[in-house]
Amino acid sequence: MELLKNSFVLVFITFAFYYLAKLLQKKTNSVLLNPLLISITLIILYLEFFGIDYETYHESGQMIEFWLKPAVVALGVPLYKQLTSIKKQIFPLIASSFVGCVLGVISVVVFANILGASHAVSLSLASKSVTTPIAMEITRILGGIESLTTVAVVFTGIFGGMFGFKILQWCGVTNPISQSLAIGMAAHAVGTSKALEVGYHYGAYSSLGLTLNGIFTAVCTQIILQILGF
Amino acid sequence: MLIQFIIIFGCLALGELFVWLTGIKFPSCIIGMILLTIFLKIKLIKYEWVNKISNFLLENLAFFFVPPSVALMKYFDIIKAEWLPIILATVISTIIVLIASGWTHQIFRKHFFNKKEDKNGTSKK
Repeated sequence: MELLKNSFVLVFITFAFYYLAKLLQKKTNSVLLNPLLISITLIILYLEFFGIDYETYHESGQMIEFWLKPAVVALGVPLYKQLTSIKKQIFPLIASSFVGCVLGVISVVVFANILGASHAVSLSLASKSVTTPIAMEITRILGGIESLTTVAVVFTGIFGGMFGFKILQWCGVTNPISQSLAIGMAAHAVGTSKALEVGYHYGAYSSLGLTLNGIFTAVCTQIILQILGF
Repeated sequence: MLIQFIIIFGCLALGELFVWLTGIKFPSCIIGMILLTIFLKIKLIKYEWVNKISNFLLENLAFFFVPPSVALMKYFDIIKAEWLPIILATVISTIIVLIASGWTHQIFRKHFFNKKEDKNGTSKK
C-alpha cells in the first residue's frame, strides 16, 4: 500500500507514536517506558511490519530531524542565563569534564576488549558519549566502523537519559549542577533534553557538559588510545 | 516571530560558515550555540528576540531525536554479531562517565568554594 509510506503519514505516525509514548510514561511513571525508546520501537515495528525500508522513512523523518540543529543552537539561551554562575566555577567544570572524558574513553575501549569485542568494534565505541558528528569523525580517524558509532551514540543517549539521574542519585551525586553536567557529559544532547525537563537552568550545565566533552574527546581520544597501546 | 527564526538560523548559518572556512571537524550547531551565547552576552541580540523559539525548540528537543534514532534498524546486523560486548561496555562506561564527572565536580566545587570563602574571610579581617 502506497499510502502507508506516504510522507505525511510517516510524519504523522512519528508524532502520534511519540505522543502515545509520552502519555504512557505519564500514566505509569516508569523509567523503563522512556518515550524516545518506546516511540523508536513502535516506529521500527511499523516499518518492519509493512516492509518499508529506512531510506523511505528517512525522507519524511528528515523534516523532523532538521530541527535538531536549530534546537542545539537554542541551548545558547539557558547557557547565556547561567553565564555568570558558570564563570564563577569554570575550573571545577572544566576539570571534571576532562576527568569524565578520559575515563569514558579508556573504560569503554578496555571493557569492550576484555569482553571479547574485535579491535575495530572497540575503536568504534571510543567516542560513544559525544554527539554524532564529532563521534563519527573520531571513528573515521581511528579507522573504526562509523555506522556502529552511530548505534553506540544513540544507545548511550537513551541509556543515559533513562537511568542517568537515578544512577547519580544512587552514587551520592546530589548537587543538581553536578548531575546536569554529568548527564550532558555522558549522554550528550539526549541527556541534555532530560536535564531540561528537570529544570530549565540545569539544561545550561548539561549543554556545557556536552560541549566540553565534545572538545576534549575530539582532541584526546587518539592520544589516549596510543598510550593504551591500541 | 520572524526575527526569532532569523536569529536561530543566522547563528546556525554562521556556524556552518565557520566550519567551512576553517575546515574544523566540529558540529556547526555547537558553534552556533556558542555564538548565540556570546551575542546575547554582548547585547547584540536581545533575549526577547529568541525566547519564544528557543523555548519551543528546547521543550521538544527529545522528539527531534526520534527519526535519526530509527536508523538503528539499519544496523541490526552489525549489533547482532557482537551485541554483548557492545552493550555491556557502553553501559559500564556510561555509568563511569556519569559518576566520574559528577563526583569530581561535586568534590571540586566544595573544595573550590570553601577556599574562596576562606579568602573572603581573611580579606574582611
